[in-house]
Amino acid sequence: MIHLSVFDLSLAALLVVALALTSARIYPGLAGQLLVAALRTAIQLTLIGLVLKALFANSNLLWVGLLSLLMLAVAGREVMTRQHRRFAGRWGYGIGVVSMFVSSFTVALFALLVVVGNEPWYQPQYAIPLLGMLLGNTMNGIALALDRLTQSAWEQREVIEARLMLGHSASEAVSGIQQQVFRSGLIPIINAMAAAGIVSLPGMMTGQILAGAEPVEAVKYQILIMFLIAGGAGFGTLAAVHLAVRRLFDERQRLRLDRLQR
Amino acid sequence: MKLFEARHLSRADLSELSFSLSESELVCLSGPSGAGKTLMLRSLADLDVNQGLVYLQGVQREQMPPTEWRRQVGYLPAESRWWSETVGEHFPRVQTDILSQLGFQGEVLGWQAERLSSGERQRLALARLLSNQPRILLLDEPTANLDPVNIQRVERLVTEYLRRHRAACLWVTHAADQVERIASRALTLDTRGIAEESTA
Repeated sequence: MIHLSVFDLSLAALLVVALALTSARIYPGLAGQLLVAALRTAIQLTLIGLVLKALFANSNLLWVGLLSLLMLAVAGREVMTRQHRRFAGRWGYGIGVVSMFVSSFTVALFALLVVVGNEPWYQPQYAIPLLGMLLGNTMNGIALALDRLTQSAWEQREVIEARLMLGHSASEAVSGIQQQVFRSGLIPIINAMAAAGIVSLPGMMTGQILAGAEPVEAVKYQILIMFLIAGGAGFGTLAAVHLAVRRLFDERQRLRLDRLQR
Repeated sequence: MKLFEARHLSRADLSELSFSLSESELVCLSGPSGAGKTLMLRSLADLDVNQGLVYLQGVQREQMPPTEWRRQVGYLPAESRWWSETVGEHFPRVQTDILSQLGFQGEVLGWQAERLSSGERQRLALARLLSNQPRILLLDEPTANLDPVNIQRVERLVTEYLRRHRAACLWVTHAADQVERIASRALTLDTRGIAEESTA
């Protein structure tokens, strides 16, 4: 494996700087965002690299657990901030966190205990990257779905209420929206699976190959990850949409848009 | 026993009110705009959070599933909404007699909902509501967009429906001549609350 120097990375960073300079003319605010995001990537990844290095040196369930929870908390915040009209109060944070916890953690445990079967099962070299990839994708699916759901409910409130007035149940009244939302949450992973290997070489596999792994072995891990992501993101989106729809209506099946933040 | 009764109905943006409807009664409700007529109807249909006791045939609304309550206490808003492609997809069951009394033929069910005129929408929304066979009709200006011929059709249909189903209706209107034609009683709602209007 060829080691990259700081100078090598600076060359790549020039690309981002060039993009920022160019985009500043078209959309001034974007250049700043782009540079901040790039800087965050560099800092956050460096930090996690150091954390992982320390963690690998002494694999300890407590530390693995704590890091997992920290990742979950940050992902939950990310889901919340990506919503245009989020639920007010603790629900705004809670729905995303609960559904990510239920799906990503279950799928990660399943993969570690049943599929990979390492000794010990929480060996951080496997547990953390696996959970990270699952959380990242589930987070995207859930954020997209929740954003669509609350936005559509807001826009189509009169249609939803028109159906309630005619004696339709809350779930009938939002069935069309729910289908669309669920679809939008799953489309990214469906597309990723459909295009994998033909249009794109998935990042994880590419990384393994660059690091010198045998291609067929790298492919097997990639397939595993794809399936885990599909399960995690799919069930996570399902759970989030289910919780959000329940929160959108009360016990008398009234549409409660007042529960969304203004 | 009254067919429909509301006691101490209230919500944050509406002063407390009580009233009742008897079988076959058509009660007109009028009052300045902004007095809360629509809020009152929405509360009776249990679409917004509100307090107070509301009974249908002596049964409190909380003892009924909300879907059943709204089928029985049918609310027709001033603006109707259509979500499926054709008109027919919005009807739980087809009742050609109601459609024909409103001046439509059976083919209307195949029409594109998006292309309806405002008058057609208003009449078809009433037909859609009646196909649930509600005991209580809460109609928010149901003839506002209609020409005289269709106003007459709607008035006749509702009066007949009330008699045949021993139902009752609360009908919001601003037209004094309409109140005179159809009302068994007239109520007014203003900021002080609801009051019986003396019929001259």
